[in-house]
Amino acid sequence: MSQKVLDALQAKFPNAVERTASTHKDEVAWIKRDNLVEVAKWLRDDPAMAFDSPVFVTCIDWLDWNPVGVPPDARWDESKPRFTVAYQLRSLTHRHRIRLEINVPESDPRCPSLAELWAAFNWQERETFDMYGVRFDGHPDLRRIYLYEEFVGYPLRKDYPKEKRQPLVRRDDLPINPIKVEHKP
Amino acid sequence: MSDTATLKQLVLGRKDVQDLSDAETELPPDLMTVNMGPSHPAMHGTVRIVLTVDGEKIVKSDVQPGYLHRCFEKESEHATYTQVFPYTDRLNYVSPMINNCGWAMAVEKLMGLTEKLPKRVEYIRVIVSEMSRITDHLTCTGASAMELGAFTAFLYFLKAREWLYELLEKVSGARLTHSYIRVGGVSKDLPPGFHDDLTLCLDKIEGVIVEVEAMLNTNKIFYDRMVGVGAMTKADAIATGCVGPIARSCGVDYDVRRDHPYSVYNEVEFDVPLGTTGDCYDRFLVRVEEIKQSIRILRQCLKQIPDGPTMVDDPRVSLPPKAATYNTIESMIRHFKHIMDGIRVPPGEAYSFVEGGNGELGFFIVADGTGRPYKAYVRSPSFVHLSTSSQLIQGHLIADVVPIFGMINMIGGECDK
Repeated sequence: MSQKVLDALQAKFPNAVERTASTHKDEVAWIKRDNLVEVAKWLRDDPAMAFDSPVFVTCIDWLDWNPVGVPPDARWDESKPRFTVAYQLRSLTHRHRIRLEINVPESDPRCPSLAELWAAFNWQERETFDMYGVRFDGHPDLRRIYLYEEFVGYPLRKDYPKEKRQPLVRRDDLPINPIKVEHKP
Repeated sequence: MSDTATLKQLVLGRKDVQDLSDAETELPPDLMTVNMGPSHPAMHGTVRIVLTVDGEKIVKSDVQPGYLHRCFEKESEHATYTQVFPYTDRLNYVSPMINNCGWAMAVEKLMGLTEKLPKRVEYIRVIVSEMSRITDHLTCTGASAMELGAFTAFLYFLKAREWLYELLEKVSGARLTHSYIRVGGVSKDLPPGFHDDLTLCLDKIEGVIVEVEAMLNTNKIFYDRMVGVGAMTKADAIATGCVGPIARSCGVDYDVRRDHPYSVYNEVEFDVPLGTTGDCYDRFLVRVEEIKQSIRILRQCLKQIPDGPTMVDDPRVSLPPKAATYNTIESMIRHFKHIMDGIRVPPGEAYSFVEGGNGELGFFIVADGTGRPYKAYVRSPSFVHLSTSSQLIQGHLIADVVPIFGMINMIGGECDK
């Protein structure tokens, strides 16, 4: 449906687009991290694209990626970027959609912020930061949003144990939790 | 100061009001910070707003959600695809059927089942979704009216909502947390007599709406507190990602059901109501009109619903028949694997969205070929709408926060995940 969006994107930014794909009728483009803002700006302002409406931001942590039925080299290992930040955009004028995916390495979990371009991403980037610890450069107000400031670690990362509890107020009915999380800052 | 005044001060520990000088009776001119919430009788969910006020006027605000965070996404990563349904019930707990439907559709999209479901399943899903939409709008508008003092309207609407809940209870077995829809179909067929019950119920609801509209629409108190309060422009609504009734009240002509039709929404006729000013009153009118449109959709569905199976015939998602499970080893193993390991979804990622009670409700799933989602993300409309609230209440009075929040319809479960 929106294959022409992907073609136009690739023609306009041959160096910034790593690859594109249409999976399950979703159009996805993998963008280099450094070019994200200019690509996003073009997608918003070009009349043929007109992605005026933001949908969501989220992040995928590939640490445990070990899919069934695919060759072993598809598994995640240290040499591959650990996180992928996904921005879903929608155009109300042309009724098409696109997902921008940006690979982010574990050693430097940063991604340019698009909160200045679409106001809705302000909170959603905060949520992604809160849950995955990806820092958004240029975000006006990058604070935790769901959790409290004292919270240690990023709960949706795959190495954060599900059983771990961090009550802000001491709870005598909960066992003292021996599970420790270590995160690189 | 007279002796009596000194004596009074000694006894009271402060000056008596009559003895204050003019300068002392004036309120301090500097700004004040007030906490509203997290637990406030007039707020819909548990959300904290740190207000900086100049007298009664809001100068700055910081909205802080998260008090109802129940780790939907983390829990989903550890549950099988079918086990996630009860969690989705608790996202937007006023319209759980739509959440069920959204999750099922996202998994079906990954499995390539999207257009292959039996017609009856699609119709049942549309029927229960529209019933849920009505309950959602009834709760939102009714509760907002109550917060502005119209308690009767609230009771009338909740009475109507209860009729629908009773029907949904007959359908699914639970009044509120239905978990009715399954990947590839629905858990059971509609109960006998459902057709007549729903027809009767819709007629009664239409009567209630006429009554409540007569009570509210031109009511001086209600009108004055809603008109012009919390207005949003069309451009703002688009840039902030608003969808659903809130965006439509600003004139954004977008409805997932019409623009990206799923299930059988392309086989029914309905209008998408639009507002002009984008204030609270428009949001109220749009919601009431949507209830009427939902009733219209339901009537058409009841006429058009065909007979047929309630589950797609695909061994990957459907359970074997009970008789076979108890009597053959192959079926028993299949049943066991299905329940214990879950539905095996091929590796891939997909984003699927439906029109929820508040707007575009989407699920983004990354599957790794096992029975559990590798990643599940819910695009909750309430969260996006709540992020605009800081802008909306700017410059209004503290009392206006109540109708604005009421009409944003922030559902704690959905917003905080």
